[in-house]
Amino acid sequence: MKEIILETKGITKYFHEPQTFQVLKDINLKVVKGEFLSLVGKSGCGKSTLMYLLSTMDTDYEGILEINGENLTGRRADYLAGFRNQHIGFVFQFHFLLPEFTSLQNVMIPALKLGKYPESKIKKRAMEKLEMLGIADQAEKMSSKLSGGQQQRVAIARALINDPALIMGDEPTGNLDSTNSDIVFDIFRKLTRDFGQTIIAVTHDDDFAANSDRIIEMSDGKIVG
Amino acid sequence: MRVIFSIAKTHLLAKPKQSLVAMLGVTFGIGMFVAMVSLMSGLNNFTEELTMTSSPDIHIYKDITGERVSILEQLNPGGINFVHHPKPKNESQKIRNAFQIAELIRQDPDVLGAAPQLSSQVFYNFGPVQLNGNIAGVDILEEDKLFGLSSKMKAGEIAGLLTTTNGLIMGSGLAKTLSLSVGDNVTVTTPEGVTISLKVVGIFQMGLGEIDNIRSYANISTVQKILGKDQGYITDINVKLVDLYQAKAKAIQIQSIFGYKAEDWETANATFLAGAVIRNIMTYSVSITLLIVAGFGIYNILNMTIFSKMKDIAILKATGFAAKDVSGIFMTQSLVIGLIGSVLGLILGFILSYLLSLAPFDGGDVISIDALPVSFDPLYYVIGIVFGVATTAVAGYMPSRKAGHVDPIEIIRGI
Repeated sequence: MKEIILETKGITKYFHEPQTFQVLKDINLKVVKGEFLSLVGKSGCGKSTLMYLLSTMDTDYEGILEINGENLTGRRADYLAGFRNQHIGFVFQFHFLLPEFTSLQNVMIPALKLGKYPESKIKKRAMEKLEMLGIADQAEKMSSKLSGGQQQRVAIARALINDPALIMGDEPTGNLDSTNSDIVFDIFRKLTRDFGQTIIAVTHDDDFAANSDRIIEMSDGKIVG
Repeated sequence: MRVIFSIAKTHLLAKPKQSLVAMLGVTFGIGMFVAMVSLMSGLNNFTEELTMTSSPDIHIYKDITGERVSILEQLNPGGINFVHHPKPKNESQKIRNAFQIAELIRQDPDVLGAAPQLSSQVFYNFGPVQLNGNIAGVDILEEDKLFGLSSKMKAGEIAGLLTTTNGLIMGSGLAKTLSLSVGDNVTVTTPEGVTISLKVVGIFQMGLGEIDNIRSYANISTVQKILGKDQGYITDINVKLVDLYQAKAKAIQIQSIFGYKAEDWETANATFLAGAVIRNIMTYSVSITLLIVAGFGIYNILNMTIFSKMKDIAILKATGFAAKDVSGIFMTQSLVIGLIGSVLGLILGFILSYLLSLAPFDGGDVISIDALPVSFDPLYYVIGIVFGVATTAVAGYMPSRKAGHVDPIEIIRGI
């Protein structure tokens, strides 16, 4: 039996605007360590909502969310921010780098916030991550000057800097051409296989989903497969 | 903490013009505050000092104009009495045993000195013209001890009064009007019609027109002679205290012990002190207005920055920055703007104050100064920087709080 990293028990969520609407219905989900999971479904089926909820950013739900065996339901926002900082990495469709900072600084910021290592060590680690993603040569460039594929790889490096147990992607390849998509997919694959990190990615990309370990399909707020 | 500061720094440096404009708002506010407060308090201190040197801390005299109980009231107490337009009695203004009272007051350790004197309204004869003024009969050495008269002498010596029986030390404005100089004689007429010739042995200048244009000093005996009074005739006792802010309490005490009216300097100079208060109110209200305008500038700029940085805020929160960290980033920015702006403002304020202190200014007959009196009290610089930082902190607080409460999901999904 593999170690369970994330578990939800009976998660239900409503949207109240413009009118009350049940967007998630009794979601029970177990994710094991090192799994590469794709979350698919039509637009509006609730997959992104579920992912933000799993990422601890959305706290307005009923049910229980456990990550690493720790119950996170009902925790304060500041505690959850600290938890995300340490245990969860994010990769978004739009790359969301801080434009005034260099690639290297963007990667370093979450680690500086965590403050686990001295700055020199963090810099070394950030360079290693950039190297692993093949963009070490772009380290000193302003992040706004990079191409889309490069930006996405910087974002992945940033997601990895604190060695999180869980990496969440919101259509991480949604804005990339097929070459860059393949690169990103390969990186994800390598992370799960070589480093035992868990990935949960919302995607519309059928190839991407097909190649992952497990596909969870959602429809009308329920898991259907 | 360091990462918050470095993000704040990067944001500030990314838009140098905007940061500079916000900073200059604070700089001008603080600069003007410091310059105005320095000038106003310089003026206040200058006039206060003048008034202090020319008026005693406590002035003891016999109050004959005060309300008195009518004879009808005494005979028919509690009845319905109407007395229309009562006038004061013809009483002597003499303070009985004035020299003994002065001696007793001097024994109080809080008292620096007490000088008995008498004064009279007089007319100075200038050819056919008569000029109104007054003459004070004083013990000139005691007077010098209390008011530093010898340092105000423009011509002659105060000792001249001791060696000349009919000597007179005259205010500079008066001497100029009468075209008198030391050694000249002047004829003086009292309200009772006595005329006497006095010799000018010195000319003083207090710097305050209302004194220099009307007052002269003479020996006590000289004035007693002009008025035709005995040697015990004294109308006033001037008291100088060690701490002039005790005057109010001390005056009440003296009045109750000796039964004569004792007026403290605050009551005597009430109009002047009210003027100082009004000047201060004006200075502070104008400065605070300037700072509020600067505060709105910072509020606006910070709001704009936060609006354009929504994505950044979302990603910072997603990657583990708590609400207080995000607020801290923007609060740091506004405090840095406030601190640098205020320090520049202090420098600007100092330069303006210095230039003002060099500006030639003719006080005319009222006060004798040739440049604006400017105070360089460090206290105003401390107030300035506290004001500046406090304003920016208040202006920065609301936008920063708002930034801290941005919901990252809304931003990330909203694209």
